[in-house]
Amino acid sequence: MTDLTAGSSSVDQIRDEYTAMTQRKRVYGGILLILFVALMAAGFRTADSRNAGGFVDGWQRVLDYPTEVLSEAWEKIAQMLAHLVTFFPALVETLNIAAAATLVGTLGGTFLALMSTRGMAVWPSLIPLFRRIADICRAIPEIVIALVLIFVLGGGPVPAMIAIALHTAGALGKLFSEVNENASLKPVEGLHSAGANWSQRMYLGVIPQVGPNYVSYALLRFEINIRASAIMGFVGAGGLGYELRNAMSWGQGRYDEAAAIFVLLFVTIVIVDQLSGFLRDCLTHGSEKGASV
Amino acid sequence: MSTFATDLSMDDLKAKADRLFIRKRLVNFGLPALVLAYLTYVFFAFDISGLAGRANWENGKTLVSDSYSYKTHVARDNRSGEVSIAIEGERKGAYPDGQSPGWVELGETTVIDLEDGHVVRFGPETIEYDIPGYGVVRARPSRAAGVQAELPAGDVPDWINASKNRLAITTDAGRLTITRNRSEVFRYFTGWELFWFTLDSPYYGKSFGELVGRVATGEAGAIFDDFWTNKMWRHQDVAWAIFETILMAFLGTFGAAMLALPLAFLATRNFNPLKSIRFATRRVFDFVRGVDALIWTVVLARAFGPGPLTGALAILVTDTGTFGKVFSEALENVDQKQIEGVQSTGANAPQRYRFGVIPQVTPVLLSQLLYFLESNTRSATVIGAITGGGIGLLLTQAIITQKDWEEVAYYIVLIILMVMLMDWFSGWLRRRLIQDETGKKRKVRDPKGKTFVLP
Repeated sequence: MTDLTAGSSSVDQIRDEYTAMTQRKRVYGGILLILFVALMAAGFRTADSRNAGGFVDGWQRVLDYPTEVLSEAWEKIAQMLAHLVTFFPALVETLNIAAAATLVGTLGGTFLALMSTRGMAVWPSLIPLFRRIADICRAIPEIVIALVLIFVLGGGPVPAMIAIALHTAGALGKLFSEVNENASLKPVEGLHSAGANWSQRMYLGVIPQVGPNYVSYALLRFEINIRASAIMGFVGAGGLGYELRNAMSWGQGRYDEAAAIFVLLFVTIVIVDQLSGFLRDCLTHGSEKGASV
Repeated sequence: MSTFATDLSMDDLKAKADRLFIRKRLVNFGLPALVLAYLTYVFFAFDISGLAGRANWENGKTLVSDSYSYKTHVARDNRSGEVSIAIEGERKGAYPDGQSPGWVELGETTVIDLEDGHVVRFGPETIEYDIPGYGVVRARPSRAAGVQAELPAGDVPDWINASKNRLAITTDAGRLTITRNRSEVFRYFTGWELFWFTLDSPYYGKSFGELVGRVATGEAGAIFDDFWTNKMWRHQDVAWAIFETILMAFLGTFGAAMLALPLAFLATRNFNPLKSIRFATRRVFDFVRGVDALIWTVVLARAFGPGPLTGALAILVTDTGTFGKVFSEALENVDQKQIEGVQSTGANAPQRYRFGVIPQVTPVLLSQLLYFLESNTRSATVIGAITGGGIGLLLTQAIITQKDWEEVAYYIVLIILMVMLMDWFSGWLRRRLIQDETGKKRKVRDPKGKTFVLP
């Protein structure tokens, strides 16, 4: 009997507590939402007031520049093909910067990842050091290194390549070490017992396990690096970005060239995105098949 | 039921295995060879062998030494005989008239002690440099006769550069340059000078203990004000610039998410039955993503001018495409059962979305959002360098002057710290907000790993 009454009162209690909790949650959620909206609004106002041109009058002029460029390009549409051919070498340079940086960065990232994974590192006590190195490489925006290197090495593709490769090594080092952590150490132990040295253990024991994932991440990086390499060109490191800045600083009369560069960059990015998406799809599905067998 | 080919002879099997091995070997050696071949091509395409010739190592040396050291200029106007002392030779770092650091003795003859026995004297007529182990170099600059230098007997060493109108001596202790109109001594020091207070501040050169004492007596505001408005390092502007950069990333990322979420519903198969709208929305996402942040920045900078708003909008527009794609993929993977469950309680459409869909996708969305917040802090730095806004602008300005390398080093350190802080912050927020999701993930991951690791 007492149990029953106690039970009913506790149901009431539970209900009360539940309602109180939901209400509290709602209040917290509401406060968070209000805070977020206020932050966004205040941030927007601050950004607007510190900008050279305001949002309100700028908004109507957003399409002015594209219209100007497009109309001029349309007038000189006959020269478009010639421009595309002219700027093709610059596109190749941009692609080369991205590809070389991705390759070098992947090699660096692989090294950093192996060095910062337990069971694979040559010097296990230095694992935190290599992790920090990867963190720092990842944190530096490419443009910082590129600008400094341009001062020392002069303009050209090499500073951009080094800068992008460094950042790539850091970013991939982190992703790769996450992949490494899921890799089995048994092949490594087996190879070790057969007398393999470190590089043999890694190349024959670890890389075949993690290869598809590595390649998939590297392809994703390649997409990102093409964009980065175009931006590096804009600050003086050669390639499409450099040509774009030149064409733009000439202003009116050379807009057809700017339009040609826009087209090249856009088409390249879309093609590479699609291609690498397709390849990554193949790789991940392939590895799933391999894992299930 | 697939049947195994049992009629294969031993030789066939062997040949098959051999072929497999050959293929594997080809892949194993072919891929590295391909990579090597490409890198060789790049080596020549980028003319890396010619790089050493084009590189300016002198620039590199100044860059590195300047980033951790500074020099104080002691200059004498040879016509009027006036001596001025300034850090880095900038007016912002000039010592007030009549004041000098301890190693410079102003007077009829200004004595500059460069330590280790190196002493430079600016006399009324002659300038002397006492170099230990070599002797005393005397020079008499005049407008009529140029710079008449008297060197100790013997060959002129290569660290002394003497001509009719100019004498330059570079030693480990410092550097002396004399021309007709001007004599100048550089002395190098390690560190970032005037980082806290400039010379015109009453707090310059005070020890930390003394400053704490003054804070206690109510001068905290004045001390902070002097630090904050430091003309050499511009702490106030730098703080604003960092704030602007983070603001760009914040506005861009969250603005893009708010814009992309409703659009993502339009691009999904399960929420939008209209194929044409679905197709159009997806192409919009692709277009916005394909037009790179660089192009958006250029276009938007034309309309809005340089500043943080332009950067925020460029990030917003680019990321709307990325978020749209990611969100719509997440939305296509939601579990229909939960929505049906909510519907069975009599919920209307907004309630179904609110309680059936949003809780399912929130973890994916939030974790994506927070990853992008960190990566966009970096993008905001880059975009700031292009359009002019935030710490990116300060950095490019400092690099363009080609002499404020200590400031460049300072900004680089700040940028790295800022990105790492954002990385840590977004990681912390992610863990706080989606604890159960990561827990689930780990649960999935662990057994998979365990079956490999454990026997």
